Amino acid sequence: MEQTAPLPVSPIFGRLTLDAIPYDPIVQATFGVVVLGALAVVYLIQRYRLWGYLWNEWITTVDHKKIGIMYMILGFVMLLRGFSDAIMMRLQQVMAFGGSDGYLNAHHYDQVFTAHGVIMIFFVAMPIITGLMNYVVPLQIGTRDVAFPFLNNFSFWMTAGGAVIVMASLFLGEFAQTGWLAFPPLSGIDSAPYVGVDYYIWALQVAGVGTTLSGINLVCTILKMRAPGMNMMKMPIFSWTSLCTNILIVASFPVLTAVLVMLSLDRYVGTNFFTTDMGGNAMMYVNLIWIWGHPEVYILILPLFGVFSEVTSTFSGKRLFGYTSMVYATVVITVLAYVVWLHHFFTMGNGASVNAFFGITTMIISIPTGAKIFNWLFTMYRGRIRFELPMMWTIAFMLTFTVGGMTGVLLAVPPADFLLHNSLFLVAHFHNVIIGGVLFGTFAAVNYWWPKAFGFTLDRFWGKVSFWFWVVGFWTAFMPLYILGLMGVTRRMRVFDDPSLQIWFGIAGIGALLIALGIAAMLVQFAVSIWRRKALSDETGDPWDGRTLEWATSSPPPEYNFAFTPVVHATDAWADMKARNYARPTEGFKPIHMPANTSAGVILSGISVVLAMALIWYVWWLAILAFLAIIGYAIYHTFDYDRDCNIPAEEVAQVEQSRTERLSGAV
Amino acid sequence: MSAMPDIPRTSFHLEEEPHPPEGGSTMLGFWVYLMSDCLIFAILFATYGVLGGNYAAGPAPSDLFELELVAINTTFLLVSSITFGFAMLSMMQDRLRSTLIWLAVTGAFGIGFLGIELYEFLHLIHIGAGPQRSGFLSAFFLLVGTHGLHVFFGVIWLVTLMVQVTQRGLIGANRRRLMCLSMFWHFLDVIWIGVFTFVYLLGMLQ
Repeated sequence: MEQTAPLPVSPIFGRLTLDAIPYDPIVQATFGVVVLGALAVVYLIQRYRLWGYLWNEWITTVDHKKIGIMYMILGFVMLLRGFSDAIMMRLQQVMAFGGSDGYLNAHHYDQVFTAHGVIMIFFVAMPIITGLMNYVVPLQIGTRDVAFPFLNNFSFWMTAGGAVIVMASLFLGEFAQTGWLAFPPLSGIDSAPYVGVDYYIWALQVAGVGTTLSGINLVCTILKMRAPGMNMMKMPIFSWTSLCTNILIVASFPVLTAVLVMLSLDRYVGTNFFTTDMGGNAMMYVNLIWIWGHPEVYILILPLFGVFSEVTSTFSGKRLFGYTSMVYATVVITVLAYVVWLHHFFTMGNGASVNAFFGITTMIISIPTGAKIFNWLFTMYRGRIRFELPMMWTIAFMLTFTVGGMTGVLLAVPPADFLLHNSLFLVAHFHNVIIGGVLFGTFAAVNYWWPKAFGFTLDRFWGKVSFWFWVVGFWTAFMPLYILGLMGVTRRMRVFDDPSLQIWFGIAGIGALLIALGIAAMLVQFAVSIWRRKALSDETGDPWDGRTLEWATSSPPPEYNFAFTPVVHATDAWADMKARNYARPTEGFKPIHMPANTSAGVILSGISVVLAMALIWYVWWLAILAFLAIIGYAIYHTFDYDRDCNIPAEEVAQVEQSRTERLSGAV
Repeated sequence: MSAMPDIPRTSFHLEEEPHPPEGGSTMLGFWVYLMSDCLIFAILFATYGVLGGNYAAGPAPSDLFELELVAINTTFLLVSSITFGFAMLSMMQDRLRSTLIWLAVTGAFGIGFLGIELYEFLHLIHIGAGPQRSGFLSAFFLLVGTHGLHVFFGVIWLVTLMVQVTQRGLIGANRRRLMCLSMFWHFLDVIWIGVFTFVYLLGMLQ
């Protein structure tokens, strides 16, 4: 929908009219599929009377494990959406040669690449790492829940609310056409007068509240709730990297919040923060958003570095090589993450000395990262390596990520960057580290901790099929982009003139298809594993001969995680317990104090989505009502003082007794 | 909780359920939240630093600010911090009535502060120096307005807590909430000292 004159704003519906429904067969077909899918889900829930179960056991839950699983489901569902965008782009770029316009018009194509970036970072990678940390960290540090269980539920629903807003933009109005960071003046009201950028802003603001709060929550959990004896230098590496990630979240997401507030004031009120006249400064936006954006890169990768450490150590049957250096490398990366942001815009005219400073800091950050790679290699050295799926993903990561890291160092050289800036070389580089690092790490983590979460391992055959399609697909899809980038092709292009480029886009398209098969194989892997869960079941709770505390409890862990609070004497606490012939206690259980479920999180998030939609469509009366409702409901919620419950000792004894029977093979 | 109790090397779990103090992480959590909020203000200060001189041929700080008014405003806020301190002292001594009175006084100063700020804003908009006028005024309104918005929510929170203290007395949960609000209130004072110095005082010198 191309808008030139501002739309009339009705007092009741704002600028929402019937024209807001996109007239585009692709979008309408997608909408049809989504509606049919939603109806099917509703029908199944109704058919099996699952409403009460979903509400009581999942939606209102404050159990960190269930919230973690919900984060993972959100991340994987959004991965399918983000990947559809990727396939559409690959198809467009391979078609649009020799005078062809491809099949996507500019308006649609620009939304596709923007949505792809926004969704993959904010609604795939972020939910997945938050989900992993939520699930694993309390188990690893031997506690019963996070520091603020209600806040945890609220954070999840705010993240989900942000995803709902992004998805709504597909069927009502449009999404931003600005690229994933929405630089002004392109994202200003003059260049982008319709709802796209407003969808972008409010989706990120709603989700950002959740991310920041979950960061605070996990920082407190890790600092205050570790099991007795687990001092900081006995903490598992995944918990360490989670701590650093959450510190980065708390210390960078407020910057995003502030800069998006300024952008929205420019758009809604007519202020002059980033305008090109009246004293505004658009370059300030680029600086500010990358002050958030660069730490964000490390927010995404650090938890997966933790995953690789756990996986390497477990499947090499050794404690991690260089634990202390690993911790310091993580902390150094955390600190350096704040002094490299300018390398994202060397070409903006910062002057040679400023560019030199940030180029050097960027190169320095590769030192602790390299130290980590060597630590993993030395952990494997002389280990009894078992090539289970998590270990395969880890090795694929090491090979792939190292290449991505080296092209990153190449880009860190300002004169080189002047040639490669905004080219497909850059696109290949960050996909190389994000897919090779974050996604491969996620798949390692899912294969590693799935048996902990559900009590059965994942199917190996389909896992391997998925692995090979993904790895080969990744290399096929992105190596051509390096070549195209070196040849000078810029990113985000919709049509091409030079026919000699087409072959490379063709190869990249084949790579994307291979990745699609990898995703499909992974879904088959999940389905087959659930189908064959009896055959794949693991009663021990420790299928990989693990080393950290999460493997000390049953799979799936009981609501209270540990019947007795564990005491830690060594870094690999569970390996230490096994080495000293630890006997699991079978009597003397005490009642356990746990937080109670609450519906406040999902309600507050629901009203926040309404508020965001009202602001996007200029429905001012609804915005005011929703805002007052949020304040009112939050205050009402604070009057509820009884937020805990007790699990009686008999119930604990019963649960533990059934585990004893399963361990002895009686069932 | 991570401090090592006297547990032998061969013992791997606690026999008794530990009872960490309820809300044991709340203070740390609230501190971390305040620091993240502090970062928002840091960005707004930085923005003011970048845009503060961009008058776009419009008014400059010395044309607009009335230091007398700001002096009264600042006094209100600083005094409100002292009175909040008195409220906390009363709370420590379990004096319910006195706690409530001091909270009310604090709230009154807060509202007084907001009133003067609102008057200042309306006056500026009225004489054509609204946030749309220049980069400087955009940054000014956002920085001072965000602080004002925080004070506004602080007052709402304060009233809510007064109701809750009246209903349930100075129980543990309420004491914790008062402590949080107290930190929030003092934090806003510290921010205001920055605003007063860098925006108003330095602005008059330019």
